Amino acid sequence: MASNNYRHAVFCAIVTLIISFPILGLNLEAQGVNITLTGAKTSTIVAIFLAAGAVFVFQAFRDSFSGLLGKLPKLNPLADKEPMEQSKRVKLESWILTGIVVLALFWPFVVSRGSVDLATLVLIYIMLALGLNVVVGLAGLLDLGYVAFYAVGAYTFALLSQYTGISFWMALPLGALLAGTFGLLLGFPVLRLRGDYLAIVTLGFGEIIRILLNNWTSLTGGPNGIGGIPEPTLFGMEFGRRVKGEGNTSFHETFGIAYSGEHKVIFLYLIALVLAVITALIIRRFMRMPVGRAWEALREDEIAARSLGLSRTAVKLSAFTIGAFFAGFAGTVFASKQGFISPESFVFLESAIILAIVVLGGMGSQLGVILAAIAVTILPELAREFSEYRMLIFGAAMVLMMVWRPQGLLPMRRIHIKLNRQE
Amino acid sequence: MLEVQNLSMRFGGLLAVDQVSLNVQEREIVSIIGPNGAGKTTVFNCMSGFYKPTGGKILFEGKEVQGKPDYRISRLGMVRTFQHVRLFTQMSVVENLLVAQHRHLNTNMLAGLLGTPNYRAREQKALDRAAYWLERVGLLESANRDAGNLSYGQQRRLEIARCMVTEPKLLMLDEPAAGLNPAETQELNQLIVSLKEDYNVSVVLIEHDMSLVMDISDRINVINQGRPLACGTPEEIRQNDDVIKAYLGEE
Repeated sequence: MASNNYRHAVFCAIVTLIISFPILGLNLEAQGVNITLTGAKTSTIVAIFLAAGAVFVFQAFRDSFSGLLGKLPKLNPLADKEPMEQSKRVKLESWILTGIVVLALFWPFVVSRGSVDLATLVLIYIMLALGLNVVVGLAGLLDLGYVAFYAVGAYTFALLSQYTGISFWMALPLGALLAGTFGLLLGFPVLRLRGDYLAIVTLGFGEIIRILLNNWTSLTGGPNGIGGIPEPTLFGMEFGRRVKGEGNTSFHETFGIAYSGEHKVIFLYLIALVLAVITALIIRRFMRMPVGRAWEALREDEIAARSLGLSRTAVKLSAFTIGAFFAGFAGTVFASKQGFISPESFVFLESAIILAIVVLGGMGSQLGVILAAIAVTILPELAREFSEYRMLIFGAAMVLMMVWRPQGLLPMRRIHIKLNRQE
Repeated sequence: MLEVQNLSMRFGGLLAVDQVSLNVQEREIVSIIGPNGAGKTTVFNCMSGFYKPTGGKILFEGKEVQGKPDYRISRLGMVRTFQHVRLFTQMSVVENLLVAQHRHLNTNMLAGLLGTPNYRAREQKALDRAAYWLERVGLLESANRDAGNLSYGQQRRLEIARCMVTEPKLLMLDEPAAGLNPAETQELNQLIVSLKEDYNVSVVLIEHDMSLVMDISDRINVINQGRPLACGTPEEIRQNDDVIKAYLGEE
């Protein structure tokens, strides 16, 4: 046992050296046209060896360390308390949620423009994550190409506005519907697939859409993207300094207030907030409807679900379609917010991040997913000072989460259903 | 109401079921027995649409159903349980029963989102039916527990209740007594008889527990190595020489 530990510890220390030495211990320096390899400062080298030593000590005495950890007082002071009564908890939760939404309504008027902008992005991610939660969390279909539907929504708006001058409000349902249609289309070929195979096909689908957008230069502008996407208007009032659309008026002139760039940002934020709330409410409703139960039944046991008369086709397609629909929603808002989109915004990493949000939040749990969306979007911004290490910190946070709370931040809870005794 | 004619199922070179025939009248309990690997579950899988039989016919209420998709067969009123309990373990007990009533519910999404009277009435009816059957199998107190946390016997009963809320005409039970203690088997015995007597359901039963089979079956079909061996009332089967040799054991 003990010798095994030491061997393992030596191995880990060597791996640490192998990984960190080329990254930290060697520098490429440009001297004129040539690049030369120089060793790093002595202090860095010493630090690397110290780190390897630390890894060795930790691995060698791992057992005693974890024994110590177990003796620490419980981190969660609520751990021993009895769970709240069901009806009370539901009431409390809905009060908290309402409170958060009300706070969110007033939030943009007190904080800086940058924060509002970030908050809009958070809301877009909330919509995306809630949509993906239907596919992955409820129906149990691992979708790695979810960003494709987001792209369809965004490009629908961008292209239609470029070629037909459509407004945001017209594009919103169109983008969502078209994304939903794509979800339906993707659903057909993958009906029979589950798990890993499904993940690979959806991953491929996501890449196909991105590469198509990238290469169909004549239509989409390829890597140059599409610019000049209009912002949303409020009953024909624009938020720019000058009115661009025909028959529109400008917001600041109508109300006789001074022009401010913030109006537009705040308006977009409010739209995103309303849409995110609508998304959450609709999906919450779906979860309590026959279709929501059918999704979960399919995730739990496909064979049993079929033996009870559920059509696999209908259930899977509805999950894909509805998930994609809300991604289209989010895409349209995103296009309007950025004013410019290119295929670069829809790479695989985006799919991975949205999936990470769902898993981190707790599959199937709406509140958890919303919290995770906030955390995952804001944390990298807060960690901006560490710039190059922030992805490292992000990754480490993910690993720790999965070790300590594999079921997610707030795992899904069953709703309590009251039954009347029958005679 | 159910007639299986010369059913055959071939997996590559293996003839798992060979010319098996079976016939179930209304309000009748018919058992299929046979040694392990005789092909009993394969017959079930063909009947419930999980397999497409390679030969023969299956008539349910006069209509051919062989090769139809499983969910359609189930909607016709032929519902089965599984040898290894297959519940939706992470869903609550009631939800298990609600999922089963999917086809009786208003599944129009708009109606659900708006909460139309028709939608709500049908949901309520489904809840009441669920409550009735939970009471019937003694699980009403556990209605909001996760199905996966029930004891094994309770899970077995829940699986039968889940079939019954679909309002089937024919119930196919695949080894329902497996893993139950004698007291639970006795309860199961009464439950199955009452399904027949009080709810007019026909039952096809695969079971190894001979006392249960002999006790409640109206007729018994014996299968050995995929081929039909004998067919008759429990009394006839008990005295059939072939059956005794192949299955019940020689004295």
